[in-house]
Amino acid sequence: MSNALALPRWIELGILPLWNLAVALVVAALVVKLIGHSPVQAFEVLVNGALGSPRGLGYTLYYATNFIFTGLAVAVAIHCGLFNIGAEGQATFAGLGLALAALYLAPGLPAWALLPLVVGAAALFGAVWGLVPGYLQAWRGSHIVITTIMFNFLAATLNVYLLVNALRVGGGSMVIESEPFPEAAKLPAVHELAARFGLELPSSPLNAAALLALAACVFVAWFLWRTRAGYALRAVGSAPRAAQYAGLNPRAQVLVAMALSGALAGMVAVNELSGVQGKLTLDFVAGAGFTGIAVSLMGRNHPVGIVLASLLFGVLYQGGVEVAFELPGFSREMVVTVQGLIVLFAGAMAMVSAPLFAKLYSLFKGAGRG
Amino acid sequence: MVMIGSVLGSTLRLTAPLLLVALAGLLSERSGVVDLGLEGKMLAAAFAAAAATAATQSIAWGLVAAVGVAAAMALIHGFACISHRGDQVVSGVALNMVAAGLTVVLGIAWFNTGGQTPTLPAELRITALSPGLAEPSAAAQAHGGFLGALLGHGLFSHNLLVYMAFAAVLGVWFLLERTRLGLRLRAVGENPAMVDAAGVSVPALRYGALLMGAVLVGLAGAYLSMAQNASFSPNMTAGRGYIALAAMIFGRWRPLPTLAACLLFGFLDAMAIQLQGVSLPGIGEIPVQAIQALPYLLTVVLLAGFIGQAIAPKALGRPYLKER
Repeated sequence: MSNALALPRWIELGILPLWNLAVALVVAALVVKLIGHSPVQAFEVLVNGALGSPRGLGYTLYYATNFIFTGLAVAVAIHCGLFNIGAEGQATFAGLGLALAALYLAPGLPAWALLPLVVGAAALFGAVWGLVPGYLQAWRGSHIVITTIMFNFLAATLNVYLLVNALRVGGGSMVIESEPFPEAAKLPAVHELAARFGLELPSSPLNAAALLALAACVFVAWFLWRTRAGYALRAVGSAPRAAQYAGLNPRAQVLVAMALSGALAGMVAVNELSGVQGKLTLDFVAGAGFTGIAVSLMGRNHPVGIVLASLLFGVLYQGGVEVAFELPGFSREMVVTVQGLIVLFAGAMAMVSAPLFAKLYSLFKGAGRG
Repeated sequence: MVMIGSVLGSTLRLTAPLLLVALAGLLSERSGVVDLGLEGKMLAAAFAAAAATAATQSIAWGLVAAVGVAAAMALIHGFACISHRGDQVVSGVALNMVAAGLTVVLGIAWFNTGGQTPTLPAELRITALSPGLAEPSAAAQAHGGFLGALLGHGLFSHNLLVYMAFAAVLGVWFLLERTRLGLRLRAVGENPAMVDAAGVSVPALRYGALLMGAVLVGLAGAYLSMAQNASFSPNMTAGRGYIALAAMIFGRWRPLPTLAACLLFGFLDAMAIQLQGVSLPGIGEIPVQAIQALPYLLTVVLLAGFIGQAIAPKALGRPYLKER
């Protein structure tokens, strides 16, 4: 994006995003006020519910894990100049792959052999669901945004069809979910791991996938800024024509970016299915793919920023549940609203306040000099 | 006859909201603004229509509220993307999220029934112009198989909004192809610099296109919560905004082909309901999900150029910066 206003880096990367976040939260507070609640009380319950107890913190980190994966997925695509709205579908399709691997690939395998297979299947299926729109964009000229939206719906419909007709648990149960996975396909919870080292933590859905998420952050940072392939990917993202002139193949980079993006989104299935539920369910992604867009925008497409933004959204999600539980007439959809407001103010309207800051900055500088 | 009549009837009923939204998207995109927020605008309008009608006991206020809310969202979209050159896709996604959350939050706070609005009584719903034709078999009995079931129930059993939706196709076509405003709208989607050089305001045209579209989206939302259903329920648009967008692309950004695409998608939707649990000779039972997935699949195939090329307006998605 061409930016006519020259702002110092610390304002553009530090102050402006925080300001935009503040505006979004103020609007959210007005909504809370509008429905007859005290924003201050809601905020207190929210922070307390998310961070006030070890158990709440566990839930917060568990939600944040999902958002790190989808945030990284969106960011990797953006570095290649692609807006991937399909993390939701890629995670859904990855869930199918994970379930197939867990249930049918090798039911008798021990955990150390089955878990890598299960994670690999999720990554592979997610990558495939990202690759196809990538291929269609690079070779057939279809628009990635529209194609990935369509692929979200296709993945959701496919998941419903297979769950209802092929994978559904037997015995006339009304619940639409798959057979439970074998024990070996489940990731250990963090409190179980800690117990092995003699540490006592309260039980929460936080599981080993959180460690995988941190590893993914390190990997993405290393890949994008320390490898030749990552450099090529970013070069195509910032100037496709120049990259081609310099001997790079933009089409291949689109494939790499979308495959990696899809595989990262697919890790949501690992956290949700292998880590917590132990079976394939309907709509287990629950909007994490879309949250990834907000996370990536807030985190400025950088792994460190994405971890911070994921923690913020983890707090909002876990805290939102507590607020909905504590305050009558308050619903947890408020979180979706806040998320939308953040995408609006920190994403679409990111530069609306830039002139204001430019003016303030020049006043400040002028005063300092004079 | 009775069966064909009821398929025709439900095809038109399911096509109408899709068509209104697709035409709204068409107006916006021909002017160069990507409108991914259609889904959110439609959802918010559906909520506003049902909530305002329940609160004021007046259909007219319901319609005004629906159009007003859609227009307000269009203005936000315009403020972000036309005035401040924000990313149009990001803005549309944001509007969808805000609408999905806010309709439920406000619904629960105001009506206390899990996000639903109160059920509207029959006199506050948008009802069929000739109620006698509402049931295909009753219509067949009164007027005969062909006249009653096929023509009567199939074509003449609908409410005013359905006919307005089809009339809007001609309206949008006439506007775009036969008026000066339409010429300018098309030009601003292809080459905004030229329009600017001719002394016509690019932002004014784009805001205008978004607002005209908002009227259509508002009516589509009201149709969902006041005609097709008697109340608003969370996420009741269920992806129709995206399907409409797909139909518009399928119609290659032109009104009449868009009508054809909407009719096709409406027909598929009607068949998905009709064929539920029915076993066809030689084919067996067609999974409902397969029919539901068809519009999405067709759109992907079309966009990939396997069934002809879909060429978008040249300036679509590009913010316009006036040279200084």
